[in-house]
Amino acid sequence: MRFKDVFSIIGPSMIGPSSSHTAGAVRLGRTARQALGTAPFEADIHLYGSFADTYRGHGTDLALVAGLLDFDTDDARIRNALVVATEAGVTVRFHPERPPVAHPNTATIALRRGEEGIRVTGRSIGGGNIEIVGIDRFDVKFTANYPTLLVFHGDRAGMIAEVTDVLMRAQVNISHMEVDRESRNGEALTVIECDQPIPSAELNRIGRLPNVSKVRVINLSETSSYADTEASPGGVDRQP
Amino acid sequence: MRFTSLKQLSDLCEQEGATIGRMMVVEQARETGQSEERIVAQMASYYEVMKEAVRKGLHDDTRSRSGLTGGDAKRVRESALSGVRPPSLGGEASAALAYALAVSEVNASMGRVIATPTAGSCGIIPGVFVSSQERFVWDDETLVQGLFAAGAIGYVIANNSFVSGAEGGCQAEVGSAIGMAAGALTEMRGGTPEQAMHAVGLALKNSLGLICDPVGGLVEIPCIVRNGFGAVTALAAADMALAGVRSAIPSDEVIGVMLEVGSAMPEKHRETAKGGLAQTPTGRKIMKELYGKEGKS
Repeated sequence: MRFKDVFSIIGPSMIGPSSSHTAGAVRLGRTARQALGTAPFEADIHLYGSFADTYRGHGTDLALVAGLLDFDTDDARIRNALVVATEAGVTVRFHPERPPVAHPNTATIALRRGEEGIRVTGRSIGGGNIEIVGIDRFDVKFTANYPTLLVFHGDRAGMIAEVTDVLMRAQVNISHMEVDRESRNGEALTVIECDQPIPSAELNRIGRLPNVSKVRVINLSETSSYADTEASPGGVDRQP
Repeated sequence: MRFTSLKQLSDLCEQEGATIGRMMVVEQARETGQSEERIVAQMASYYEVMKEAVRKGLHDDTRSRSGLTGGDAKRVRESALSGVRPPSLGGEASAALAYALAVSEVNASMGRVIATPTAGSCGIIPGVFVSSQERFVWDDETLVQGLFAAGAIGYVIANNSFVSGAEGGCQAEVGSAIGMAAGALTEMRGGTPEQAMHAVGLALKNSLGLICDPVGGLVEIPCIVRNGFGAVTALAAADMALAGVRSAIPSDEVIGVMLEVGSAMPEKHRETAKGGLAQTPTGRKIMKELYGKEGKS
């Protein structure tokens, strides 16, 4: 089922004018920001299909940047997002792209802050709903409708069992899960959609597991507030 | 959810003696693990946003960011109330029309709306709901249950076809909203779940094939007036269903046709502004003014 509940049909509450080009775009931007784990300094946003053709008129540019600032879809500041971003020292570049894509409303968002970087590809499928289809070089698929755990780790036996064991102990139920790896024994990404928010103690525990390089949480249901430089509470980095 | 088709939904309601709205609340609670109270409260807050958008659209300045549209809801409402030339639709349907235009204009001016199911079609359900509430003196609870009914219908349409113009044309976007509003209104007025299902099929048949061809790619021309028309169509479909008119082609099959037609629709007629009204001489001229000399590439 692409649409899982009543509020993916009635809702979201949003600033117009387009649920796919504005509300969906906010959620794509917000997902990318949370995947980075912190506010970005630099963003390169590649737009495909109808996003590339009509982004200015729909305020897609404002919406994507509002998401990078962690605004929610009905935040009245969306219309001033480009100004707010500039004031916060975020450099944003838009790249309308030509090649045809599988879905008309697709964006690839590359974010950087110092050594940290992430590239998120997603599409807006209507009514403010999104599908993330790629993170860095990994092909994964999730909706960001649920608290979603991104675990970046080395590909080795037992890794997933150890992560899910931590979740089980915290009574966090997994609704959907995906794993993709670069190569055997190479880098891998496990995406876990959960029914409950993941407590920070469990995040820290997962972050400390052997071979886990970083952990991020996507949670778009939590009302955002603008924090310009603070790392999201959900992110855990393995210190080298 | 225990239903994936309108037939299953209607059968389930009959078996359990529940309205579609009630069934959706129960299923939503089951699916998300949230309390019914919380779910109903969220929907009630959405209905408040809808009423506020109607009010705003009728009283505030709704000029869109592009400057292309705005103020039509006021024109229609003031004309109807002036008594100079009574609306051909009659006062009640004329209110539904004006309210739908109002919300759609608020959307185009970057105001706050509820996507139902999308922002492009956000005027139809509030237009039908708010005008019907005034007319039939319903309490908010009735309307909130009605929104759950509309959501259940939209859930079936969205998962078996599409609800965005980019994927399936305007039939998917405005068409779905009309079907949702028609089914929900049928139920709120005391129709059976089966009658509500017929209302959906009757309504959807009237928008099959409708392309998405917004001028300049913006949710303005012709989207805003199509929301107005959509609200009126939903009233008509509900009236037919309540009178006992049946959709000879079952509503689930009509949804299948929407998928077939939308999948066959050329890209230029799916929100890209590369065909239809967007590429008329005037549509191109507007686009040139919006995007500069090159026009929209």
